[in-house]
Amino acid sequence: MTQIAETAGMATPARDRFAMLRRSGIWIVAILLFAGLPLVFRSGSALTMLSLMGIMIIFALSYNMLLGQTGMLSFGHAVYYGLGAFFVVHAMNAIIRARYPIPLPVVPLVGGIAGLVFAIIFGSVSTRRGGTAFAMISLGLAELVASSSLILRGFFGGEEGITTNRTRLFRILDINFGAQIQVYYLIAAWCIVCMIAMYALTRTPFGRMCNAVRENPERVEFIGYSPTIVRFIAFCLSGLFAGVAGGLAAINFEIVNASYVGVQQSGVVLLAAYIGGIGHFVGPVLGAILVTYLQIMLSDVTEIWQLYFGLMFIAVVMFAPGGLAGLLLMHAPLLRARVLHRLAGPYLLLLAAALIAAAGVILVIELGHHLMAKASDGSVMRMFGVSFDTASVSPWLIAATLVAAGALLTRIVWPIATQAWNDAIAAARTGARS
Amino acid sequence: MIAPALELSGIRKDFARTQIIRGVDLAIPRGERHAIIGPNGAGKSTLFNLISGRLRPSAGIIRLHGGDITGARPQEINRRGLARSFQITNIFPRLSVWENIRCGVLWSLHYKYSFWHGIDSLRDVRERTEHVLHEINLSNRREVPAGVLTYAEQRALEIGITIAGGAEIILLDEPTAGMSHAEAEHAVALIRKISEGRTLVMIEHDMSVVFDLADRISVLVYGQIIASDAPPKIKANAEVQQAYLGTVAA
Repeated sequence: MTQIAETAGMATPARDRFAMLRRSGIWIVAILLFAGLPLVFRSGSALTMLSLMGIMIIFALSYNMLLGQTGMLSFGHAVYYGLGAFFVVHAMNAIIRARYPIPLPVVPLVGGIAGLVFAIIFGSVSTRRGGTAFAMISLGLAELVASSSLILRGFFGGEEGITTNRTRLFRILDINFGAQIQVYYLIAAWCIVCMIAMYALTRTPFGRMCNAVRENPERVEFIGYSPTIVRFIAFCLSGLFAGVAGGLAAINFEIVNASYVGVQQSGVVLLAAYIGGIGHFVGPVLGAILVTYLQIMLSDVTEIWQLYFGLMFIAVVMFAPGGLAGLLLMHAPLLRARVLHRLAGPYLLLLAAALIAAAGVILVIELGHHLMAKASDGSVMRMFGVSFDTASVSPWLIAATLVAAGALLTRIVWPIATQAWNDAIAAARTGARS
Repeated sequence: MIAPALELSGIRKDFARTQIIRGVDLAIPRGERHAIIGPNGAGKSTLFNLISGRLRPSAGIIRLHGGDITGARPQEINRRGLARSFQITNIFPRLSVWENIRCGVLWSLHYKYSFWHGIDSLRDVRERTEHVLHEINLSNRREVPAGVLTYAEQRALEIGITIAGGAEIILLDEPTAGMSHAEAEHAVALIRKISEGRTLVMIEHDMSVVFDLADRISVLVYGQIIASDAPPKIKANAEVQQAYLGTVAA
């Protein structure tokens, strides 16, 4: 319900002015946040992670212009991201060779233009139809580009990819972008600009018609618009921003290879947007932050992090189709009515129950993985700071007990939490009326 | 001589080997309120789909203000001043009532695919939307997602989206279907108001609505118009009595 109200957006003059103020306030907070984060997270790895989050935010938002805004499910969005990255790398090398006075900060534009041009070319074919036809064509195009990346070795650099050196471009103010912190601020600046631009796009006649096409493409034809053209423009602009994100990634890593245009990269952006919530503008931002964090953190902790990713995605699709943003914004009316605190107790109980079940599931997965995939290392493994023998019965018994206990507890706590939620919503409604 | 607002000549439509529309000739002058009646399966909705560009005729010519629109796409026909509503409510369910109407307004005010205008600052769009909302009596429901409106409200919104672009010719497909008697009366008043100064073509089953609103009635039976005349003459027509009115005289 809240999701609907959010996407709907209403307008009366007074409300507009208030909303405008509040919106610019949010952007100022975002800018301060981007500027201040490196002061808190100073380590090199934290800076790298923040940089990747910024790139992913742009990429996921560009993806949501298609999926969330226009209702177009693409399985090949990495094509525009990856091609943007390759064109940027080649452009940087060309700039270095010819000593053009072009500074690094404007180079991501090359990626944007590349993304736009290829979106125009591919989009003119794929956007003629919506729905399943579009999804299938996007998958076909993704395969096409991925396989040509292995054939056209001159451009894509084969398995090694193409490298560059971002410090050797024309410098202004003697900034050489050697240090990660400088690259971070470059990414942050582009991220802010792209976020504002993509948000502004949703508040234009075109942006609103995207929503209309998502809701009911047939009706759109009878109010003067061509859904095909709306989809095509959305696709092109989305390709532009994806290209900028790819360009920033190229600058960040100084190497681009075939995995940039790969199907897996297309999958990650879909996951990020969906887990964050495609029904809200902020959804993909949250999703990008979470997915980037988990990609880095989980891959340090476990080899089978992608499996957890898949489980998380399934959980979101099944239990929270509005994504993180949907879950959070569901509570906004409670916060406004000052009854949110009533949910703290039941939620903590629910969290505890879920954590017990999750610990059990993780233990089962890791035990199984160790036993089957790493049998040559012997049957002893370490987890949660404890060593145990995967071939013995006791760890399996413990895991099974955890799963069962967690599931049972969840079943007991769930009705309590639901009841508390219903009471709180009822209280918020009566509060709003009086 | 002024060309009719809408003119069909020799319109035919075949689906596979079945003829649904079997040669329809019809001219509707500007400003007329015209009703199309006929038994179920006569091809009334198909005729609307042909006129509005949803389907292509197998043969024949459709003219809008004298200009040929045969085989044109729905959006092209809409831009030339013809708008239609649907028998089965066809709105944007997760958009607010306000947004639904505003989407209908945009093209006619020439904003097209603009991604450089901030939509909330467009005064003409806002005023036009406000005006249409007021006309269909949904001003106080503007913030509600269209999907949760009552059935009668959704039917009103359907009409609102249809008239939002200021089309000169309005096609309404069973605007009062499924309504209670009181709701239907409201709908008739609304249709009378919005069709003022426009050309109206409507498909309708409720005879009291038809005889109340229409200047002229065409009776469609098995894909052919068997009579097209003023309401009293239609009532008196023996052929119509037999083919249609007799069977539903309730």
